[in-house]
Amino acid sequence: MNRLSWFNAVSLTLGFAFLYIPMIILIIFSFNESKLVTVWAGFSTKWYGELVQNQAFLDAAWVTVRVAVFSSTLATILGTAAAYVLVRGGRFFGRTLFSGMIYAPLVMPEVITGLSLLLLFIGIGLDRGILTIVLAHTTFSMCFVSVVVSSRLVTFDRSLEEAALDLGCSPAQAFRLVTLPIIAPAVISGWLLAFTLSLDDLVIASFTSGPSSTTLPIKIFSAVRLGVSPEINALSTLMIAVVTVGVITASLVTKRAMMRQRQDELAAVRAE
Amino acid sequence: MRRALLIAVPYVWLLALFLVPFFIVLKISLSDTELAIPPYTPTLDLSQGWAGIKGFFSQLDFENYVWLTEDDLYWKAYLSSVKIALISTFLTLIVGYPIAYGMARAPEEWRPTLMMLVILPFWTSFLIRVYAWMGILSNEGYLNQILLWTGIISTPLTILNTQSAVYIGIVYTYLPFMILPVYSALERMDGSLIEAAEDLGCSRFQAFWLVTVPLSKPGIIAGCFLVMIPVIGEFVIPSLLGGSGTLMIGKVLWEEFFSNRDWPVASAVAVVLLLILVIPIVLFQRNQQKQTEADQ
Repeated sequence: MNRLSWFNAVSLTLGFAFLYIPMIILIIFSFNESKLVTVWAGFSTKWYGELVQNQAFLDAAWVTVRVAVFSSTLATILGTAAAYVLVRGGRFFGRTLFSGMIYAPLVMPEVITGLSLLLLFIGIGLDRGILTIVLAHTTFSMCFVSVVVSSRLVTFDRSLEEAALDLGCSPAQAFRLVTLPIIAPAVISGWLLAFTLSLDDLVIASFTSGPSSTTLPIKIFSAVRLGVSPEINALSTLMIAVVTVGVITASLVTKRAMMRQRQDELAAVRAE
Repeated sequence: MRRALLIAVPYVWLLALFLVPFFIVLKISLSDTELAIPPYTPTLDLSQGWAGIKGFFSQLDFENYVWLTEDDLYWKAYLSSVKIALISTFLTLIVGYPIAYGMARAPEEWRPTLMMLVILPFWTSFLIRVYAWMGILSNEGYLNQILLWTGIISTPLTILNTQSAVYIGIVYTYLPFMILPVYSALERMDGSLIEAAEDLGCSRFQAFWLVTVPLSKPGIIAGCFLVMIPVIGEFVIPSLLGGSGTLMIGKVLWEEFFSNRDWPVASAVAVVLLLILVIPIVLFQRNQQKQTEADQ
């Protein structure tokens, strides 16, 4: 099992080439001197300079970041609660409906979610703006958070919680002192997932945003419809860089946290 | 008391912002007369041209749905969306399975890195990943440049703004959704089962087909649903890569809503799309629940 057969090596190489070459080309051509994106005319960073001076993009980026921070935080709280209820809550009235509402948004086409939320906001007379985008993003990303967190909840040893309860913890204390530290890596990656889903979303934001709350994807989409441009390449490169750094940092942090946890567990076993 | 609160808050949130909106869509798709009077009149700039549309649609409740069956555009768009989704799901499986298989057979210490490499594009903006292909597939794009330079073709291929571009875009962007569930099914598999099959006289291919594939079936099913269901309603890929020749229902709904400003018809399109998706969504949920229970 420990050697890689030629077939597997070839399929992995081709697969990862397919996944990464388009993005590498995009990054390379963001440093192109020429306005014509398909012809290389020498190295230049001028498109980044123009990007920084483009006030419309900066405004949109600021809206996007605010929406992402608020919606991912709300989604993490609601999604963790939902996961806890689904895995540990036992039976309650309407459980099937509840789990259905958790899984359905994962595959629901965005055009339907967007349209239905917009009609709701208009129905209750809520002005479209940052608030409505936050509500919309929270709704679909809490389901992703809940799936991530519940997959961690099902695998961890329930007797730890029971031990805490036996030793005199209230259920809330047991959750705060035992459950939460154990599921923390999943909660953090749930937050990150919700954050990037929100940063990314074009369709739902288009339906639920108002004229004064254009997000970055909406701005990019309207620019991209006119064709490929070096400025968008530069913007894409920056976004790829941010996400890459974020994801790698997060994975290193959670890996370290898990290693520490395992060491603690080992130490506890030895102490016995 | 605490437990009730813990259940109630996410429950009520989803009821109010996920379930109730569907009923509003349903209502508006049926009763467009109410759209003209407050509180449903959306914005003021709709008032022009609205009276005409209203007069046309207010005769019958199901008028919007009758309209969907009368105009070729809609059912053709539904059919072509389903067709594109089925073909591209199959293509994604063909491309994704060997990658997932290679990952599951890779040395154990490589696997976290390989996982990371699959997940990373998934975290990167969907829009940017689709956009990247516009530069590659266009007539003056990088693919044509390479093919012309190597002499494989003598005139540039037209790929951008055709259905082929849509297939490439879908396979590319949805690949992680296929790889991850298939990989997690394959990784769990006991390698000695293959050895047993080979010891008992199976060829390598037979062992793969009779042992590995059936054992990875839950992953294949989950992956196929995760790709197929959202693709049926896909908007970004057909509108950036598909050109005017590619008809997909997500794009029709978008244009009905934003360009034609015909909200009742857009709602009817959404309701019918949802009806098409109900069966696969329920099957997907069943599959997920079964998996979760099996894990527990």
